[in-house]
Amino acid sequence: MTAAAIKVEQLSKHYGAVEALAGIDFTVPRGSVCGLLGANGAGKTTTIAILLGLLTPSSGRVHILGEDFLAHRYRVLPRMNFSSPYVDLPQRLTIEENLDVYARLYGVRQRRQRLAELFESLDLQAFRRRAYATLSAGQKTRVALAKALVNEPDLLLLDEPTASLDPDTADRMRRYLKNYQAATGASILFASHNMAEVERICDQVLIMRAGRIVDRDAPAALIARHGRANLEEVFLDVVRNTGRHARSEEVSRHE
Amino acid sequence: MNDQFIAHIGDNCRASCGRIYAIILRYVYLLRGSWPRMLEQAYWPTVQMIIWGFITQFFMTNSDWVAQATGVLLSAVLLWDVLFRAQLGVSVAFMEELFARNLGHLFASPLRPQELILALLSISLLRTLLGVGTAALLAIPLYHISIFDLGLPLIAFFTCLLVFGWSVGLVISSLLLRYGLGVESLAWASIFALAPISAIYYPVTVLPDWLQPAAWALPTSHVFEGMRKVLFDGVFDWTLLLNAVGLNVFYLLLGSWIFYRTFQAARRRGLLLQMGE
Repeated sequence: MTAAAIKVEQLSKHYGAVEALAGIDFTVPRGSVCGLLGANGAGKTTTIAILLGLLTPSSGRVHILGEDFLAHRYRVLPRMNFSSPYVDLPQRLTIEENLDVYARLYGVRQRRQRLAELFESLDLQAFRRRAYATLSAGQKTRVALAKALVNEPDLLLLDEPTASLDPDTADRMRRYLKNYQAATGASILFASHNMAEVERICDQVLIMRAGRIVDRDAPAALIARHGRANLEEVFLDVVRNTGRHARSEEVSRHE
Repeated sequence: MNDQFIAHIGDNCRASCGRIYAIILRYVYLLRGSWPRMLEQAYWPTVQMIIWGFITQFFMTNSDWVAQATGVLLSAVLLWDVLFRAQLGVSVAFMEELFARNLGHLFASPLRPQELILALLSISLLRTLLGVGTAALLAIPLYHISIFDLGLPLIAFFTCLLVFGWSVGLVISSLLLRYGLGVESLAWASIFALAPISAIYYPVTVLPDWLQPAAWALPTSHVFEGMRKVLFDGVFDWTLLLNAVGLNVFYLLLGSWIFYRTFQAARRRGLLLQMGE
């Protein structure tokens, strides 16, 4: 049996008295795209930071690609990658230099060929010799995505990957990610505030509120279960604790 | 089984060297792409060398004591700059990662903290050679004083000061990791706190009795006393060198340990994603 791409059990994180994650459990099956939704401060970035090894949890277990991530993260990190608006790349290095450094860090064997593929497919050819600092926000997002794909990861963690992209470029990025996922069988954990995007691209959605996963299902199933027209309405119900979601929480409290 | 194990170790070493080289390359790209940065490496050592070269020339015509050891002040200045450049080479390189908000990318990659440390030390060596080497070479035509006349002891002095600079640089980098760019000024200023008790221009015996143990606790004092022995007496004091090496081993281990502990604390506190300007 193939192990899940991500298996998280009873994961919690406390900063003193503040509970950032309250014992969450979830599984991302291999080859699937999972959306991680939640209002600001819900715990999405904390979850992703733990899954990247940038943050140690207070308790819980994390298995990634079949490995105990908390004990042996360096066995798995070469097979993962990420992009996040909370981090950036060296501003004065050119795009080519930046990607060359990261290709080496991830031990990419056919570096030149891989970079050429990324320049071509992400439409970065014209900027390859320009300093990262001189790019527009949208161009930087594409470079961040190129960096995230440089090692052809089996697991991709994307925090708002299409933020600051115009609709046309965002759509091309989504199609690129979908094609990449279909071609490589990679798994993607996708945090976004763009509900239409999540609805289109994700097989499964986790909705977080105050450090807890308060709902989860396939996008269509969530919409049907909540009796709403789209995922954005479901999301608002869940984070505001209104509609059918509030009623079901009320019932479960009384049970 | 043994062959497999050796092959596995070999693969790991190759991968590790590749990652260290990637980080070195990252700083080389930065230097290569910016002539002001390149110039800055040599600027201050050269300015220092020029100032102290003139002072040395003045003393040589006005003081018998200094005249006995041509170039003692200039040698001291250049060696002091080795320490300063080595420390900056580590802490400024680390600071550049904070400015770039790049720490999250680095530490979510297969790069291990000890590999980052080795890369920082390597780039510090490169920057120090570039900066102090330029000044030392310029001193030859300008003042007919060559620090290279120290001969082989120069390599020992250079290495000791470089390693102590690395240790201080690692402690400063730890503070940057813990407190962010708010402590940026420490990177530039902290080493000067050690200058008065490093016996750079005067012997340790000049210091008050109560301060002398502090001076002898630093490898720098042993190096500069050793340098004066070579220049004044033509003698290389092995005891001073061994003391400096022993102290350096201690300080380098301490610096690495502090960095590693701070890194672990940064992972607990979630600082690796929040660092930036």
